Parts: sequence; C-alpha cells; structure tokens
Amino acid sequence: MIDLIRARLQQGYRTMAYPDGPPPALPERFRGRPTIDASKCPDGCARCAEACPTRAIDLSDGPRIDLGRCIFCTDCVNACPEAALAYSGDHRLAVRERADLLAAPDRELELAAALQGRLRQLFGRSLKLRQVSAGGCNACELDVNVLNTVGWDLSRFGIQFVASPRHADGLLITGAISQNMRLALRKTYDAVPEPKLVIAVGACAISGGPYLDHPEVANGVEGELPIDLYIPGCPPHPLTILDGLLRLLGRLAP
Amino acid sequence: MSWNAEAARFATSGNGRAIPRSAVPELSPGELLGAISEAARAGLRVASFFGMADPDPEAVGLVVVLADDRHARLHLGRTRVQGAAFESLTPACPQVHLFEREIAEQFGLRADGHPWFKPVRYHRSQRPGHQAFAGVDGQAPVIGVTDFYRVEGDEIHEVAVGPVHAGIIEPGHFRFQCHGENVFHLEISLGYQHRGVENAMLGGPGQRSIHHAETLAGDTSVGHATAYCQVVEALARFQVTPRAQVLRGIALELERLANHVGDLGALASDVAFQPTAAYCGRLRGEFLNLTATLCGSRFGRGMIRPGGVGFDLDPGVVRDLLARLFEAERDTTNAVELLWNSPSVMARFEETGPLSSELAESLGLVGPAARACGLPRDVRHDHPSGIFRFAHLPVSTWSTGDVFARAYVRWLEVQRSIDFVREQLGSLPPGDVRSSLGALAPDQIAVALAEGWRGELCHAALTDGAGRFERYKIVDPSFHNWTGLALALRGQQISDFPLCNKSFNLSYCGHDL
Repeated sequence: MIDLIRARLQQGYRTMAYPDGPPPALPERFRGRPTIDASKCPDGCARCAEACPTRAIDLSDGPRIDLGRCIFCTDCVNACPEAALAYSGDHRLAVRERADLLAAPDRELELAAALQGRLRQLFGRSLKLRQVSAGGCNACELDVNVLNTVGWDLSRFGIQFVASPRHADGLLITGAISQNMRLALRKTYDAVPEPKLVIAVGACAISGGPYLDHPEVANGVEGELPIDLYIPGCPPHPLTILDGLLRLLGRLAP
Repeated sequence: MSWNAEAARFATSGNGRAIPRSAVPELSPGELLGAISEAARAGLRVASFFGMADPDPEAVGLVVVLADDRHARLHLGRTRVQGAAFESLTPACPQVHLFEREIAEQFGLRADGHPWFKPVRYHRSQRPGHQAFAGVDGQAPVIGVTDFYRVEGDEIHEVAVGPVHAGIIEPGHFRFQCHGENVFHLEISLGYQHRGVENAMLGGPGQRSIHHAETLAGDTSVGHATAYCQVVEALARFQVTPRAQVLRGIALELERLANHVGDLGALASDVAFQPTAAYCGRLRGEFLNLTATLCGSRFGRGMIRPGGVGFDLDPGVVRDLLARLFEAERDTTNAVELLWNSPSVMARFEETGPLSSELAESLGLVGPAARACGLPRDVRHDHPSGIFRFAHLPVSTWSTGDVFARAYVRWLEVQRSIDFVREQLGSLPPGDVRSSLGALAPDQIAVALAEGWRGELCHAALTDGAGRFERYKIVDPSFHNWTGLALALRGQQISDFPLCNKSFNLSYCGHDL
C-alpha cells in the first residue's frame, strides 16, 4: 500500500490545464494545417497535385488543399521545387461543414461553431459518444482513446464514451466504412435515440483516406450518414480531436 | 526422410533479398505440399503461403516462404494447381490452416479436407467462375454468417460479441460456447476491416504503396513500412546507409515501446488496477511523442521511406530524446513494478489463458505470444536485417504461456528496447539518410521479414517483366496469432476474456488487410 502511495507521489498530477491554460506543446516537426505560398509557384507547375496520393490538391482555383482528403504526409512538400508548401503547427482543424475543409490555404478556417439551442442544452455539459471503427487502420481510434488518459482526461468536460448506442448521444466514427461494416454502422446509428450527432474523425471517415475509391470501402461516412463535425487528420493529433469536440460544445473561445 | 531444401527443390534466399522467379522451380502440388509438411516436421515455419493469378484462368499459382530460424534462411517453393481444389495440408501441418482458407477465398481454390473451412475476410474470389464460399448471385458471402462451431446441450449458452465492441476498438465477431462461466470454445470471425490493400498494391510501386504499408495496421506503421521498403530496396538492389539503418531501428523500437507500455497499462486496467493503468496510459503518450519528435507523427508516418528514412536527427534533438527517454524509463519502471508486487494483479494474470509451447509451435504463433510460451523466435535475432545485424537485443522469453507471461515478456522487451534506443542514439554513424532508388528488377521474388511489436510480419513481392508488382502478399503477425487467442480461452472463465484478449492485443485491420 505504501508503495502505491509513493508511486503516486512520484508520478505526480498530470491532467493538463488546457483549455484553461495553453495547449500542450507540440513537437517541432508536427504536421498541422498545411500551407501553400502561391506566390512561389512556377507557372504551370502541378508537381504537388500530381504527387498527392489522395488527390487532395486542386489547382484550378488557386492552389487548394482538401483537408478532408489530406493524409498529412510529406509527398507534396517533398515534390515542390520551390518550397512553397509547408506544414504549420496549427492543430485547429475541426469544422461543421464538408465545404469548409476546402478553404484556400491563406484563409482562416471556418472552425467548428458550437451547437445551438436545444442540442447545446442537451449535450453542452454531457455528451455521451459511441465509437464505431469501420475500415480504418486503428490509429484514429488509438488517439481518441488517449483522450481518456489522465493527461487529457476527457471526462472532465462531461464527454464520455459509452458501451452501447442506446446510451449514446451520437457516434464518433473512424475508418473509410468498409463494405463489411456498412450494415453494422447503419444498425448502430439507428439504435442511437434522437436527437443524435455524428462526428467523423480522420481522413478515412471523411473521404476514404488512403483507401479512396477502393471497391472494398464506401469512401467514408459522407453519403452514408449526416455529419455534424469533421475532424481531419491521419490520424488527427489528440489535441486536434479534443479541440474539435470542445468547439462543438462551445467550451472553447472561437 | 529429413528436410533438405535442395532435395525438396526449394530456392534458398534470405530476409531482404530478391532472387529471380526462375530460380524457384515449379513443383507438382503434391510435391510442394509434401515438402512443406516435411519442413514443418524439421522445425521450419511457414512465414507465408499464398496464391497468385495464373495466365491460365483455370489454374492458380501457389507460393510458399519457409523460414529456417536456426540458419537465418528463407526457402521459396511454388506450384500450380489446376481446377477447383487442392488437398488440404492442414490436417498434417496445422500452421497453414488460415493460409489455405485465404487462398481458397482469394482464388476460389477449395482446400479439400480442411477441418475448418470457412471464409476469412468475406469477399469475392478474384478468379472468375470460381468461388470457394458461396454468396448469393456471385456476391461475396454475407459477413459473419458462417457455420459457427456449436456445442449442444441444455446448459450451454452462446455469447456473441461484435462486430461493434463496447470500447474504442476495431470490429470483430467473437462467438463463445459457454457452460456457466466456463468457456468450452471461442470462435473468432473477422473481415470487418477489409479494405482491399493487397489488390491496391498490384501494378505498383505506386503513389499510395508506402501509405498503404504505413496504414496496414496503424499502430505498426514503422514495422510494415520497414518490410515494404526492404522489399523494394531488394528489388532495386539498393542498400540504405548505416545512419538510415540505425534510425530505422530506433523508430522500430520506439514503436515497440509505445505499444508495450500501453498494453501493460491496458492489462492493469482490465484487472481494475488503476495506478499502473493511469500511469502507463500517460507514459505510452511519452513514447509516442519521442517518435513524433523524430518525424512529426506519433505513429511514425513519414519516417520509413524507400531509400532510407524521411527525417534525420541533429545533436540537439538527440540530447533531448535521451533526456526524455531517461525520464520515461524511470517513470515506466515505477509504474510497471507495481504490477508484479501486487498479489491481486498476479492472481488474475497467472495461469489465465495459458497456451502450451507445443500448441504455439504447431499453430505457428509469433511475437511475444509465442515467446511467452518459451519459443525463442524473434526476427531481429533469427533473420536480422539493418541495424539488427550489428546490435543484438536479447530475445525475451518466459515459459508459462499465460497472461502473466505475455505481460512479463513485454516488460522484458521494454527494458531491452530502451537500452537499445539509448545506445543507438548515442552512436549514430555519420552520413546521409535517404537516396532515390532506381527501377525495380523484373521477374523477381523478394521477401522481407520484420519483428513488429506483435511479432513477425512478412511482405513478399513478385515482379513482372516490367518490374511492377504482379503479386504483393502481406502477412501481419495477427494472421498467425488470432487462433492462439481463440484456443487460449478454452477452459477459461468468460469474464477473463477481455484480459486474455488484451494480453494478445492483436490487430483486426492487420488481419483483414
């Protein structure tokens, strides 16, 4: 028993102050929102778009990166001959509308606005989520799980993952939605009582991710279920996921 | 008659090597299957056994990769099977059981006499006109609908779990046959995470190939990417620099550390031992953050690339990593030692979910689950490549094959991996870390093994006349080990299932591809 107390003293209190303090420091090489300095682009150059494995870069209306397709790899950065592309350290990526993920890289993102009215009343201080993993690689699930560890302590916001869709206010979905999981996902969604939310976490859930256009998957949740919150990444950093959830509940200053 | 590779007409190769396809003589199906059986009796392991499309639509090619752990050699054999079926080798050689089912599912080639002939991933065969598992109107069989093994009796009840599970975890189906608390039989039915990655690799390497390798099993990005890169480098006759080899080894061991520390915490959680659960939950993140310092991604994405590594370290970063590693080691030791000193934890861990070494060997288990049964198999030791040819980590084993053994082997590996990372960080060789590769050689077969944190993973590629992948076969360690979990539950209490499951902690997506 004394050993347990001694161990606790050594391990210390670890729950972060954020959001009442600054967010935890991210590594220098962290790949947050990608940026493009279009002024550096040589005429007619499309190397970044050609290099992108998920066709996330569109050059037709000034260079734009579809954050819902982006897997936050280094292919475009490495392909650019003029170092016009770079990842910022900005971890804030969560939005309410799919179209908001197509913002021009030099514009601020329309970050997720809080739920309003009745939904805010119901869920603002108590949000129970059922997680459904459906055709991904499990990395998003792991970094969602991390939010339950002592450093992040998701439960202090009243956000909890529950064991049954019957107990849930909504689904948090990861994975590209494999054909083999479509029925299970649909049944789980149908079992959640109204009103309900759907949160799509990760490139797979938003657009299919690295499995874009594989016949074995359905290219994400879009078209399968209505989505209330999109959190891009591959996988999104736990801070990005938490930022998204807190914005949805109005717990973060915009 | 004892096994002799030459006599059996298998080609001899090694980890991370490519040889001409023509060097692998074509045997008759009977000769090949007989040779595999002989080899297994002589102690060799089936690292991979797969089908491939044949120019003749009525035939299917079969390729086998045998691992001779004692001599660090791989032996490759092949055959062609005409028609709809072949005679199953599983009754004589159980470790091929799931490979045969996979061959049947992928190519519509029945394994006649297979004692457990059921779908693996519930998808259609790629050979037109041939389906081993019937669906409706040529569709794939409905997932989860199969002939589950049932025990009949008034007092028997069946418990079905999944695919959607209670926690934040991948989907799979578990069907228990129970008598009160006692489990007579557990059957595990997967395929829910099937994304068609092997199909997507065909014709490659393509733009997505490295990303598919990194996301085969998202927590084993470094392991799978390392094997993929070794295959591609073997085919391009390219040797990565010493500095890149060391950095790859560091990344692989950091991945092992994060997952093992996480697992020890999760095992504590499953026996409601909150202290270690809480501390290790945080500490896993500390190790992930070491990887993120290296390459920007907690999961090592972007680190392992064909031709070397994507990121280098400067002395300042090395110092920072060493300091944080020291703290993480101190805190992890503090957290984990509590487990072994807690009688309530040990009472739950010991003698729970045991597997004998005989069973582990006959099933072909790999990784900590096998080492916990006393089988000293570890790719870093048996088929070393990269830095592991020069820096040897002791192989961590225990003998009891129970939850405790699987936990303790992880703890031994944590300690040894920390020592390795510290040593390597302190002695990085100078030089570049990445170069571009030339074209891949045509008509080759290349195989790479890596010791992922769950165990041996195997990537095998056959190139066509243009040096493109004609077949790319991936074996995640979970492909071997899920059966081990199923059998470990026999005679156990169903309430110990989460604990046993966590003690294996296998990958659903790694199995389902």
